[in-house]
Amino acid sequence: MEFFGQPKIDWLGKKWYFLGFSLIFSVSGILSLLFWHHLPLDVDFTGGTVVRVKLAQKPDIGRLRSAAEAAGLKDAPVVTYGPAVNNEVIITLPEKETSEAALDAGRAAIVSALTTRYSETGKANAGSGKLDLDNAGRGTLIDWLTKQDPEHLGTSDAATQRYTQQADAILHYRDTDHSGLIDSISALSSVADPAVVKDLEQNAYLSGFAVRNVEIVGPQVGTQLKHQALAATLYSLAGMLIYLWFRFELIYGVAAVVAVFHDTLITVGAFSLKNQEISLTVIAAILTLIGYSMNDTIVVFDRIRENLRLSRREKLADLVNRSINQTLSRTVLTSGLTFLTVLSLYVFGGEVLRGFSFALVIGILIGTYSSIAVAAPMLVAYQDWRARRGKGAALPTGRRSR
Amino acid sequence: MRKNLTQKTILIIAVLAICVLGITGIPSGFSPAALKQSILNRIHLGLDLKGGTHLILQVMVNEAVGITTDSDAAHIQQDLASNGITLPPNSVVKPDPKNHPEVIQINNAPPDRSGDISSVLNSRYGQQYDIASGANNTWTLTMKPTAEADLKKRALDQSIEVIRQRVDSLGVSEPVVQEYNLGSYQILVELPGIDDPARVKDVIQSTARLEIHLVLGGPYSSEADALQQIGGSVPYDAELLPTAPGVSQSGGISWYEVRRTAEVGGTDIRSARVGSNTNTNEPEVEFFLTTAAGDHFAEFTGANKGKPLAVILDNKVQEVANIRDQIRDQGTISGGAMTEQQANDLAMLLNTGSLPASLHYLQESTIGPSLGADSIRQGVMAAIIGMLAVMIFMLIYYKGAGINADLALFLNLVILLGFMGYTQSVLTLPGIAGVILTVGMGVDSNVLIFERIREELRAGKSPAAAVDQGFAHAWTTILDTHVTTVVAAAILFLFGTGPVKGFAVTLTAGLCANLFTAVFVSRVIFDAHLNKKLRGEPISI
Repeated sequence: MEFFGQPKIDWLGKKWYFLGFSLIFSVSGILSLLFWHHLPLDVDFTGGTVVRVKLAQKPDIGRLRSAAEAAGLKDAPVVTYGPAVNNEVIITLPEKETSEAALDAGRAAIVSALTTRYSETGKANAGSGKLDLDNAGRGTLIDWLTKQDPEHLGTSDAATQRYTQQADAILHYRDTDHSGLIDSISALSSVADPAVVKDLEQNAYLSGFAVRNVEIVGPQVGTQLKHQALAATLYSLAGMLIYLWFRFELIYGVAAVVAVFHDTLITVGAFSLKNQEISLTVIAAILTLIGYSMNDTIVVFDRIRENLRLSRREKLADLVNRSINQTLSRTVLTSGLTFLTVLSLYVFGGEVLRGFSFALVIGILIGTYSSIAVAAPMLVAYQDWRARRGKGAALPTGRRSR
Repeated sequence: MRKNLTQKTILIIAVLAICVLGITGIPSGFSPAALKQSILNRIHLGLDLKGGTHLILQVMVNEAVGITTDSDAAHIQQDLASNGITLPPNSVVKPDPKNHPEVIQINNAPPDRSGDISSVLNSRYGQQYDIASGANNTWTLTMKPTAEADLKKRALDQSIEVIRQRVDSLGVSEPVVQEYNLGSYQILVELPGIDDPARVKDVIQSTARLEIHLVLGGPYSSEADALQQIGGSVPYDAELLPTAPGVSQSGGISWYEVRRTAEVGGTDIRSARVGSNTNTNEPEVEFFLTTAAGDHFAEFTGANKGKPLAVILDNKVQEVANIRDQIRDQGTISGGAMTEQQANDLAMLLNTGSLPASLHYLQESTIGPSLGADSIRQGVMAAIIGMLAVMIFMLIYYKGAGINADLALFLNLVILLGFMGYTQSVLTLPGIAGVILTVGMGVDSNVLIFERIREELRAGKSPAAAVDQGFAHAWTTILDTHVTTVVAAAILFLFGTGPVKGFAVTLTAGLCANLFTAVFVSRVIFDAHLNKKLRGEPISI
């Protein structure tokens, strides 16, 4: 099976269409960055407190907000997170409310607000000495079971071991099988001893919410990370430029860097348009796609260089067209395959990696496009510009390359 | 032309075996559960997959500098006096203790004794400080930058050591305590499996700096009241400290004026243990001093009978008692409504040593275990689906050669996981993404070679020659493309934090393994295939 027999498309002839296409996306991205969603940054960079909570039922955002306000947390945005079936929300405390001294207080306040003001069972049972089974940690649960001693084993080592085993089974049921929430305590009889379950039914309750994760970032760290991310990106670009200068010539390096810059700009613009937050892993994805776009561009440049060496009197534009056509099959296939894997990550990989996979999905498409539509035309444009100024051909045919 | 492939084949099988061993170690059994266990023993899961707490702490190193200069400043006055140079009280000050704790200033220096002053100061403090005389009969001692940097580094190292001991004694499994962000005096602490970090954080952060000071005045009902009573401003050699909650008789918080320099300080405490008060049966902590400290303390208490002493914990007055007798080398801390657990924690803190400076939290991240389990499930599913999609496509598009590519891909994965097993690297969620990306980018090399082979076949070459040419031409391009991605990954490794580092490692290792599988192994498989065919018989590609 073969997709591309012998393509003979005039790529450079279409360069104005390409320019238009690139302009539309870059400009809409820039406009969004400036005026609409601006640059959506994750808590990694902005600082602040983010608590992600899973609820047993569909979350009532209004009630959650008033619960937070009643606990003294003004203006704490509460938004749903991920697909609706997950019943998850994110509660944020912005950076100005998260001073370094009170870094932890925000989280404690949120948990207490949820227990005493949102959860019905929490309101009824908080402070009564009963155990909240939805939120108990491993240590807490083992201590509780050992103290309650429902199987009357005393306080021997064997007893602790038995209760540890029971606790682990219960936690495995809750965390690994049911994403952190238990439907009903009686359901635990499938994994724990009947005496233990009976004791829990009497002396424990289910608050109906579970804290999935907490991120607290002080303002100092946020700024530090911003600088590091910027530095990493700039070093990457510089490194690529030097590498290409060394392997090819300066103009190739410049053309490739311009193409990569174009890719990064459109990708960041896409984040702004979609209001998807940029976290540290997203920066990692962007650096990866810089490497990937370079990849792609190098393949085309390699072919151009090879053809320059072999051909005698061909016009540069025709030669570049031919080079692109020769590598088209390979370029589209590779991008397609990488795109398949990244798409799988985007669809199946879960919420935590959503930003990361989104960056790669956009990046791979645009990266492939830019090798053909930005980098190659730049080479020809540079040569034409030099010709107009009376200089010799920058990329003469028939010469021996290094 | 048959090629001798035996050596190459043996090499490939050996690599495969070594890597499988790297993944599973020597398995204790072959049931799925036993295999899973041995794999988990080799490949460690990162915090975002296992659940746990990640903390970044800032060591307030300026405090450590401040403590040293405080103590030096107190000694300067004594040293000058013992050389016949008497200065009025409060002459040795720190002009800016908050922003420049490393500067000490001596005022009211007698101008005619400059020579003596200079020699005394230089002989005792010349090594650590730059000494200069200034206008208005002042002398300034500034800690040398090297001495200051040294002191700060020692404070950092000591903090790391103390935190490590405290975390160990709390029974956290596989904790990570290390310096973070070179040069900024920050510490990274990772506690797997801890989903309620409150108690651990308290234990880590408490400086547990136990000191005993002479009480000069008090108790006062508030800081303002205290200031008023002592005449408007705090003398240089004293400070005002509040009581810890629950200590004061009147309820609320009282304030005391105490001498600034401690008679007994953190390093003077040899050990501590929990006991219970014989009178009230409440838990209390007994501490024991080192011999040298014991001597000094005996001398001090002997000379100050009847005067009140304050036991100060973390700059809060824990207890005030009058000196009845000479005390040599032990004391107790009680009161403050201390619970049994608090007494245990305090004894443990005193035993592991005090922190040389206080710690502030810069960042905290807690991943619940349910999220970790979900992440693993989703990551693995995405990886499997992605890989299947690629493999099926290669089979359809390249037919026979597709099998070749798929085998190379599978081997690539095995080598990558084996590498991770051998280097004990940590698998994070971005790391799983890195594996998925390796699959996508790795198959690129195969595509490059196969397309070239097809081109050569189209140009009319024989299958053997086409395969030859295909591999030869593609090699430089494959190398180029791998280098650029690996350079990007290397930069990520240098600049990134834990999960991002995991991604950089899997991507780099995967691409390096790919160089081996896509070129060497693929070639061997092609050659083996060609060996079986007659000259000129077409291959399936």
